[in-house]
Amino acid sequence: MSMTGTQGAQGFVRPYGDTTGDGRVQVSFTLPVPFGDEAERARAEGAALQLAGKMGLDPAMVVHAKGMGPDFTFFIVYGRVSHLVDLDAVTVAEREFPVLPAAEVNLRIRSALGRKLVVVGACIGTDAHTVGIDAILNVKGHAGEKGLEYYREIRVVNMGAQVAVDDLVARAAAENADAVLVSQVVTQRDAHLSNTRELSAAFRSAFGPQRPLLVVGGPRFDPGAAHDLGVDKIFGRGTTPGEVASYLAHALAAEKGAT
Amino acid sequence: MTGKLNLDPALVARARELARLAGQPVTDLARTHTTVSVERAVLRLAGLDGADGDGMPWVNRLTDAVRESVGLEHGVALPVWDAMLTGGYPDLRTLAVDAASGLVKFRLPMAADADAARESAARSVRRGIRMIDQRRAERDSMVAATSDPPVPWIYLIVATGDIYEDIPQAQAAAREGADVIAVIRSTGQSLLDYVPEGATREGYAGTYTTQENFRLMRGALDDVSRELGRYVRLTNYASGLCMPEIAALAGLERLDMMLNDCMYGIIFRDINPVRTFIDQRFSRQVHARAGIVINTGEDNYLTTADAVDAAHTVVVSQLLNEYFGREAGLTDAQLGLGHAFEINPEVPDSFLLELAHAQLIRELFPDAPLKYMPPTKHMTGNVFAGYLLDAFFNLAGVMTGQSILLIGMMTEGIHTPFLSDRDLALENVRYVRRAAGRLGESFRPEPDGFVADRARQVLGEAIGLLRTIGSQGLLNAIAEGTFGVTKRPADGGRGLDGVVKQADGYCNPAVEILEPGS
Repeated sequence: MSMTGTQGAQGFVRPYGDTTGDGRVQVSFTLPVPFGDEAERARAEGAALQLAGKMGLDPAMVVHAKGMGPDFTFFIVYGRVSHLVDLDAVTVAEREFPVLPAAEVNLRIRSALGRKLVVVGACIGTDAHTVGIDAILNVKGHAGEKGLEYYREIRVVNMGAQVAVDDLVARAAAENADAVLVSQVVTQRDAHLSNTRELSAAFRSAFGPQRPLLVVGGPRFDPGAAHDLGVDKIFGRGTTPGEVASYLAHALAAEKGAT
Repeated sequence: MTGKLNLDPALVARARELARLAGQPVTDLARTHTTVSVERAVLRLAGLDGADGDGMPWVNRLTDAVRESVGLEHGVALPVWDAMLTGGYPDLRTLAVDAASGLVKFRLPMAADADAARESAARSVRRGIRMIDQRRAERDSMVAATSDPPVPWIYLIVATGDIYEDIPQAQAAAREGADVIAVIRSTGQSLLDYVPEGATREGYAGTYTTQENFRLMRGALDDVSRELGRYVRLTNYASGLCMPEIAALAGLERLDMMLNDCMYGIIFRDINPVRTFIDQRFSRQVHARAGIVINTGEDNYLTTADAVDAAHTVVVSQLLNEYFGREAGLTDAQLGLGHAFEINPEVPDSFLLELAHAQLIRELFPDAPLKYMPPTKHMTGNVFAGYLLDAFFNLAGVMTGQSILLIGMMTEGIHTPFLSDRDLALENVRYVRRAAGRLGESFRPEPDGFVADRARQVLGEAIGLLRTIGSQGLLNAIAEGTFGVTKRPADGGRGLDGVVKQADGYCNPAVEILEPGS
């Protein structure tokens, strides 16, 4: 996968407020300082300006400060950043596959595999949030796109929430799964990362190199971390069923002659 | 109260009748079966608490021991209190410890022994019910000593995972204007077949529901209620595999509201349908006694299904929740039926559609404290647009006389709310209430206009769906994916192994007290 996409040398830019190069931005934050009497208010605003300055906003202006209870103050700050954005140094993860219409996905699977592509999906660990996996798998789908159940050439087994990794491995074997889709919403103490590592290790030890394609999704994943976590693909926030289906077709049912 | 939508009263009555017909067979099922959690709730009401060294509650250990030796077909009460009497045990805890070590030989007592066990069990359980009655009276006197806030009540969520972090956050939210504090549970608690013990400081995306956490938070909110001169209500979640037990604990610790949906666990947590219907009935009987307002979960349907296409499934579920709730003894004032503002804002007239749905539900359930949930599905990360959408939600809430407004966060779906997110959300709702709180009295949709037409259409679709459910059976309808798009067969899901058919002579002293008409 190519990690550096260059869009031609474009040089340096600054944030745009209402004039090219003015560098104006807005930030909001809370500080654990009181906002009671006049002295406290002055001190709170000074604290906000100090933070803004350290963030690179110069000059900065506190346009709103409000006490929240006895111990906290909320600020909205506008300011000018001195930083430059070097467009030539921007790196983006490029999508390595084209998004295809459902009919095209079905056609590719049929001609490359000659059978249905089998997908087993689950939420693993303590995660009971099936909304993500259901949005991708259910016929109903998500964001106006039908889910994988809608694809004639994909057979979906949705194991639901809080599935033990061992059960998922066993089911994937029993169903001859081509791909395993796992959704992880809960991220406290990086549960999504440790669960994903556990998943990839379990499939590696059960299947060896012939393991099913491992696809993980969730709002807080870094899509670039697939290799580190031992899976084939990570989908982030806002992924649609069509993107997932297209990826599966790309990875498992490549056109003849395609690399 | 005259309606604004020209709903045909005969049609409304027909909808209720169809809901009753659909629900009746499931009620019969619930009356003739018990579950491990119902039996454990009996033990909790009789005062058995605490857990063994591994954190497994004694109610689980004792129930499992009874089940292993004589089964649960006759309930735990007869074998447990028989063992208490014949073994000379001073209390349930001592018995449970011995039972867990295999030192107790349970039997099903007969004749005079059975009568003695039954009377002794009833005495113990009655003490728990009396405690629930005292808590209810305590709530009434707290409300009288402070004050009852005007509706709509502002409902805010706290969820740090650590009860000792939750407490100051809840108190801060109350000071900022929250009338109801909900402590979100740790993810996955609904699938635990036991209730954890003690004060807890670790949870995933929420804080564990335990009796001690209930007690700590209620105490903290009592303090802040007295400080503010306004009674701040506490909410938690009964849904899951332990509905009956959590309902009992909520009654014992004076929770004020509980999330308790007749189908939520089935649809969204893949809990076995039969288990859920049995558990929800008992749990609602306990809530009814405790004066707890239940909150139902229809908002969830709209997070998986389209809020326009599936609007009638919300109404159907509300009618079922109403039937099951009333059947279990809840009054209309205890039925916090849920719904949500989840229509895609890109849809033309989306706000009018929301008004139609909200007003329809208001008129179908005039005496129910309706709980209105804010947008979540179409909160995009554009926090500025989200703030506007939340303001429209608040406006729809005050225009249609919703009773409980869950406060929307502009950072919904991005992170657990910042302190400032909550503060801004409260500023939003305070503004709308101040500026347009009385707009409802001037809101008169045209009798044949878009809003009234849409409301009647949704009611018509709901009646059509209720007819289908009635003809195929509620359990089959759930298996076919009628609600929330998920298919849940009656023999699937978790917890079916905890369901037991009652034998002749089944004894449950709690049900004998709580059953309506007893």
